Amino acid sequence: MVDATPAPLVNPRAGQVALRWLLFAILALFALFYLMPLFVMITTSLKSLDEIRSGSLVALPVQVTFEAWRTAWSSACSGIQCEGLRPYFWNSVALTVPAVAVSTLIGAVNGYVIAQWKFRGANLIFSLMLFGCFIPFQVVLLPMARTLGFMGVAGTIPGLIFVHVIYGIGFTTLFFRNYYVTIPVELVKAAKVDGAGFFRIFWSIFMPLSLPIMMVTVIWQFTQIWNDFLFGVSFSQAGTQPVTVALNNIVNSTTGVKEYNVNMAAAIIAAFPTLFVYAVAGKYFIRGLTAGSVKG
Amino acid sequence: MEAMLEIRNLDKSYGATEILKDINVSAEPGGFLVLVGPSGCGKSTLLNCIAGLESISGGSIHIGGRDMTHVSPKDRNIAMVFQSYALYPTMSVARNITFGMKVRGVDRATRASKLQDVARQLQIEQLLDRRPSQLSGGQRQRVAMGRALVRDPQLFLFDEPLSNLDAKLRVEMRLEIKKLHHDLGATMVYVTHDQIEAMTLATKIVVLKDGVVQQIGSPAEIYRRPANLFVADFMGSPAMNLIPARTSRESGGTRIEIERTGGAPVVLIDTRNGDLPEEVILGLRPEDIAEAGFRAGEEVQEVKCLIDMVEPAGADTFVVSRLAGRQVTARLHSETTAQPGSTLDLAFDLGKVSYFAQDTGERLN
Ligand SMILES: Nc1ncnc2c1ncn2[C@@H]1O[C@H](COP(=O)(O)OP(=O)(O)O)[C@@H](O)[C@H]1O
Ligand SMILES: [Mg+2]
Repeated sequence: MVDATPAPLVNPRAGQVALRWLLFAILALFALFYLMPLFVMITTSLKSLDEIRSGSLVALPVQVTFEAWRTAWSSACSGIQCEGLRPYFWNSVALTVPAVAVSTLIGAVNGYVIAQWKFRGANLIFSLMLFGCFIPFQVVLLPMARTLGFMGVAGTIPGLIFVHVIYGIGFTTLFFRNYYVTIPVELVKAAKVDGAGFFRIFWSIFMPLSLPIMMVTVIWQFTQIWNDFLFGVSFSQAGTQPVTVALNNIVNSTTGVKEYNVNMAAAIIAAFPTLFVYAVAGKYFIRGLTAGSVKG
Repeated sequence: MEAMLEIRNLDKSYGATEILKDINVSAEPGGFLVLVGPSGCGKSTLLNCIAGLESISGGSIHIGGRDMTHVSPKDRNIAMVFQSYALYPTMSVARNITFGMKVRGVDRATRASKLQDVARQLQIEQLLDRRPSQLSGGQRQRVAMGRALVRDPQLFLFDEPLSNLDAKLRVEMRLEIKKLHHDLGATMVYVTHDQIEAMTLATKIVVLKDGVVQQIGSPAEIYRRPANLFVADFMGSPAMNLIPARTSRESGGTRIEIERTGGAPVVLIDTRNGDLPEEVILGLRPEDIAEAGFRAGEEVQEVKCLIDMVEPAGADTFVVSRLAGRQVTARLHSETTAQPGSTLDLAFDLGKVSYFAQDTGERLN
């Protein structure tokens, strides 16, 4: 390109490029900083105990072994039991899947009612639900324990599901309500004239529109419930504990030497499902958070 | 003939705010009833009340002779077209149109054949598989119409169905709706804020303002004999000239005097209308003021006027003069020689005049 104007002393374009590289460098540094622990976890989990003791923390494994993973999954000891994470992992699945499904569904119906079927006191109820989102969990531990006992589900997986559903509803309602208020009210009116009732309109018109916000809610709820420790440790008993509680027990059990490789493998196993869900549905998450719902 | 739609003493409030006050309206079978009024006057609310989408605070609504006041929308035997069209966004055009029948349990074969009929009628056969987001405004409008047509209801309700279209398409669709009304012979209630739409479509017009009915009548009645200043001003374009005047009795009729700055008052003699108060507002449509010599009739009187402005508009030329401090528009033929700043003899046709009370705005003659 031929430029007629004389070049300034410092080329502005060169300055911009330098700035951009600086930015990239800083971002890369941060990414490295965040990924470092994961790197250490993975490499450590693939080493033998001997290698861990002799080698450096950040060194790659000399001899890759999956022994620690096997142990973590099926034979690591927590307290007196030595069954690994496996049974607790399935506990977590058995409690997270229904809790996510039910709380999401209830949130969708709630949001639909509050946004589209305005009734006296709808705003008050919505405010109270929002308030419920921000009550610290510790506050409700005792009353909830009493309630579960009263219902006869204390220490069981259905009991934990119940707790998570109740505590999820505030957020799931918020998500769906905010999505559904952007849908013009004339849509419901048209469907009413067409003869559709409350649930028919919900299933045939609102549900098909809801994929993006559904994804957001499911990811959010899955992460919350899977990662929960406090409710898990408070409302379960031997045999019904979720994987987070079992992980804690394995890491903290003091029989002999600290098996760092097993601990790392167990931690990765416990964290894997949330990573997986985000990897599969993450693009909907971004899309759903920014989505306007309907055009035309 | 029994009315297809009969609204008696309808009131509607949201909390303490009264939106509609003592509405009494009826529509004859096969009639085209237009509710017209400025934005925010309660037209959509009234239509929603008729549809049963809003509950009413008082009065009754009969459709097809049945009391429907407390009947749910689906059982009122109505179909409605919304301003935003309200097409179901995730359904194809075909499913949009057949959704109502499906909900009502109409069998598949009937649904398919009715869909084909309506699609042919509206010329949207090639669009049936598309989503609403893949349609142009005019096409969405047609689909919305199709959804209403397929119901074959006792009463069609339209809420400003053309207001989202561009001007050219609006005129086209207006004609098409008129033709549809003619072909179907159905009863229609149509809401608009556009007085031209009201005039061209209606067999009966209801003019609303602030939730109160101002006048009910045929387009010609509303146009020729507006019931008050609001209707006179709202209906017709350019608007009716509304000129303050003084009256006095005289042998042979009523003497009307209109002030003007920089000249003698305009004096007209009305031989038909007596008993007017001293101060009135005189209303004359622009087409009832013509160039002298181009209008004949007993009541035509000529006055020399100073022309302020000349606006050629193709078929006609509008000229503006100032009387009693108001701009007065006259509609002349296009070959007029009128020049701004010169004087011209204008013919006022008092056979078409309206008088309004200066205080209440009500019609006097
Ligand atoms: N749900 C509502 N609550 C309170 N006021 C309302 C509601 N809906 C409409 N209104 C008021 O009623 C009046 C009439 O509204 P609308 O019937 O939509 O007017 P139009 O269709 O003639 O433009 C407006 O002043 C509007 O603010
Ligand atoms: Mg409206």
